[in-house]
Amino acid sequence: MPGEESLQRGWSHRPAALPRPARMVLPSLKLQELIQEIRGAKTQAQEREVIQKECAHIRAAFREGDAPQRHRQLAKLLYVHMLGYPAHFGQMECLKLIASPRFTDKRVGYLGAMLLLDERQDAHLLITNSIKNDLSQGTQPVQGLALCTLSTTGSAEMCRDLASEVEKLLLRPSPYVRKKAVLAAVHMIRKVPELSDIFLPPCTQLLHERHHGILMGAVTLITELCERSPAALTHFRQVVPQLVQILRTLVISGYSTEHSVAGVSDPFLQVQVLKLLRILGRNHEESSEAMNDMLAQVATNTDTSRNAGNAVLYETVLTIVDIRSASGLRVLAVNILGRFLLNNDKNIRYVALTSLLRLVQSDHSAVQRHRPTVVECLRETDASLSRRALELSLALVNSSNIRSMTQELQGFLEFCPVDLRADCASGILLAAERFAPTKRWHIDTIMRVLTTAGAHVRDDAVANLTQLIGGAEELHAYSVRRLYNALAADISQQPLVQVAAWCIGEYGELLLSESYEETEPLQVQEEEVLMLLEKVLQSHLSLPATRGYALTALMKLSTRFQGDNNRIRRVVSIYGSCLDIELQQRAVEYNALFRKYDHMRSAILEKMPLVEHGGPQDDEPGEGKEQPWSPKREVQSPTEPPTSNLLDLLDLLDSASGDAQPPPALDLMPGGSLLHLLDLPSNTPSLAPIPGLKVFDREGLQISLSFVRPPETPALLLITATASNTSKSDVTHFVFQAAVPKSFQLQLQIPSGDTVPAQGGPPITQVLRVLNPNKAPLRMRLRLAYNHFGQSVQEIFEVKDFPLDTWQ
Amino acid sequence: MMQFMLLFSRQGKLRLQKWYVPLSDKEKKKITRELVQTVLARKPKMCSFLEWRDLKIVYKRYASLYFCCAIEDQDNELITLEIIHRYVELLDKYFGSVCELDIIFNFEKAYFILDEFLLGGEVQETSKKNVLKAIEQADLLQEPRHEYFNVPVY
Repeated sequence: MPGEESLQRGWSHRPAALPRPARMVLPSLKLQELIQEIRGAKTQAQEREVIQKECAHIRAAFREGDAPQRHRQLAKLLYVHMLGYPAHFGQMECLKLIASPRFTDKRVGYLGAMLLLDERQDAHLLITNSIKNDLSQGTQPVQGLALCTLSTTGSAEMCRDLASEVEKLLLRPSPYVRKKAVLAAVHMIRKVPELSDIFLPPCTQLLHERHHGILMGAVTLITELCERSPAALTHFRQVVPQLVQILRTLVISGYSTEHSVAGVSDPFLQVQVLKLLRILGRNHEESSEAMNDMLAQVATNTDTSRNAGNAVLYETVLTIVDIRSASGLRVLAVNILGRFLLNNDKNIRYVALTSLLRLVQSDHSAVQRHRPTVVECLRETDASLSRRALELSLALVNSSNIRSMTQELQGFLEFCPVDLRADCASGILLAAERFAPTKRWHIDTIMRVLTTAGAHVRDDAVANLTQLIGGAEELHAYSVRRLYNALAADISQQPLVQVAAWCIGEYGELLLSESYEETEPLQVQEEEVLMLLEKVLQSHLSLPATRGYALTALMKLSTRFQGDNNRIRRVVSIYGSCLDIELQQRAVEYNALFRKYDHMRSAILEKMPLVEHGGPQDDEPGEGKEQPWSPKREVQSPTEPPTSNLLDLLDLLDSASGDAQPPPALDLMPGGSLLHLLDLPSNTPSLAPIPGLKVFDREGLQISLSFVRPPETPALLLITATASNTSKSDVTHFVFQAAVPKSFQLQLQIPSGDTVPAQGGPPITQVLRVLNPNKAPLRMRLRLAYNHFGQSVQEIFEVKDFPLDTWQ
Repeated sequence: MMQFMLLFSRQGKLRLQKWYVPLSDKEKKKITRELVQTVLARKPKMCSFLEWRDLKIVYKRYASLYFCCAIEDQDNELITLEIIHRYVELLDKYFGSVCELDIIFNFEKAYFILDEFLLGGEVQETSKKNVLKAIEQADLLQEPRHEYFNVPVY
């Protein structure tokens, strides 16, 4: 209507802030005006009002079926939709627009379809026919629109219907359409993998195209096909030379201004080709060899001054380490990553850390060379970078760098962001457990972690530390003194308080002796100790569990200390009416110990026998959350039951997993349970010398078993498997698994490591516990997996000739 | 492949959303809200990558607009930064020194340009020239004014 136009022009000159006159029907706005009006709204409510009014218009216009204006109305609706308002009533309009002969209509209609008509909508399938028509009869731009919509939101059913149309377009001469058809094929295969059969044949031919767009699509299509089907993968290995040629053309001869970015020829295409080469070269010697030289060339010649070059270099490195590349090339790749670590650009450092983390298992020694730089990255201010640096640092800890690395990590623990504390603390404790050079260092390390980040350590840290201290008799005095000092300084860190309380309870008398060479002279009176424990008991900072420890410790001191026990008795009787049930129960029982069972008190409160150590508790694997923690997984894997592997081979043999035994509860109950506690087998091995047995010897790697049978437990056999290496090459990724016949029980403990360095480096040891109550003849099947001389080796064999003393 | 691309302002207002995976409107809104919040909370000097759910997020800020892409685990983050940059260059060439307002008022054009550069979450054309040429030609095909009562197309 002609009149409408001038009204609209009149409106458009009004500033949006002025109040509108009250009218029954406001005229519809143009898109630009609508946008302006919406932006002018001062409040959410105002915006809603404008939009609601406009949507009413749009609905009316749709109802009237006003064809020429339809695309304008839909465009407005799409804008409103982006702001989050409902737009479902526009769905049918999209269909009408797509079916229209006008290009403008189709353009907006298809856009609307992509935004409003995804495959979950009922109306979705209705566009199939229009797309089919446009694909077969439309002009190139129209075909382009149809292919685009199909690739963005095409459902599986649509893809099946339209596959043959797309296939035809793959062979049309126009590159504009072909490049889109190829990517449409990629989408179709993702939705309907069976369509791979249709789209596989044209691929090889497409690789000979010169148009970069078609090449991009072709490489992507082949990648998708290979990822889905091993048969396709084998088939496409033949194109490796062609891909290498494409790279060569780009890297060496091609400088086309049209495709280059910052001096790098078509980095997008290079990255895509490199990715495909990675898939084709993986686990395939011949293909890997064919691409070796080209990869080296790309790695050395790419201009790395800007991000585009680094992107290509990054992809090259990923490819090199994933295929069977020559060792020199691998070292080059790791060194490139090392260089990335020194780059000013944070993003580059990030990808370097991520990639090195992936490599740390397979190329451990190469990555170790960059350890100083990695440790530097711990000081990064960006949390995502320091997290990566932490994971990588933990993975790089080994027996030779344990002291310096722990020093660095402890430093990091003091200042790192809170969400990294738990991981860092656990990492340090785990590393300490694996590689501690001395028990005293181990105790010191755990204490320091508990002091710095006590609130973030795992629950079993307390148990581990008490077990550790308990086992180190020579360090009892040292430990209890250090813990006493720490406790006196700070009673807020619960794990530390718990350990300290336990120690003081056990070894309190050692605190009183006046001179002790290793630490500063410490003069402690009995009263002071009791006072400290009482302070812990009464403090509001103490958790109930901590209070339990403190109460028990006080009780134990009643037998360790010389003075009279009135103070202790008083405290114990007070807690007899404590509101906390656990404490109350303990206190009542201890009271009873003082009264009726006083004659048993010293026996019950004797020093604890050594607790069985089963190894670190199993972590719950992925609760949907990523475990950023490869070292822990690495340690866990040898003890996880490899049921699928071993049971394949062994019909009747069982293999038990090495799971942790939680140390028994520390609270003491009078009477009956006394025997139970004292029954715990102690770790002191008796030395009935049983001859050892060499079971494996290959290329310098030797595995031998040594045996110990503790006299108190005749059914138990402790085997120590030692892997040593006299060859010139390191043995890495060493995994030792064992299986025994059904009547036996087997527990594998955590191995000391998974690498045996060359030329007689420190061997790996692993303890196996075999329970043989029936005294059956011992047989074992052993499975080894490791990397040696650049090869991965698997060996399975049976051992039958165990010395008689091991099982009789 | 790229799973989706979002453009949003410093105030968290969405300016463009391109989804290459099928999700309900509700899910899209939830993802958008969460991601916008996460990205806006990042400090300026932090790196452009973050892990979010099981995807990698690559984002870059150009003036008042955040360009945010979600890619899969095996995709190359650095080249995604180049993809974002290439898209900005295309917009710049088309609009002549593009700013956020251009994208707001001509959002459909921003989509059309993106659809000539990426398809189904993958790069379809690596030549800037070809992309711009295609857009120009398509623009020329838009029906002339007189068909719509003498008012401009939109």
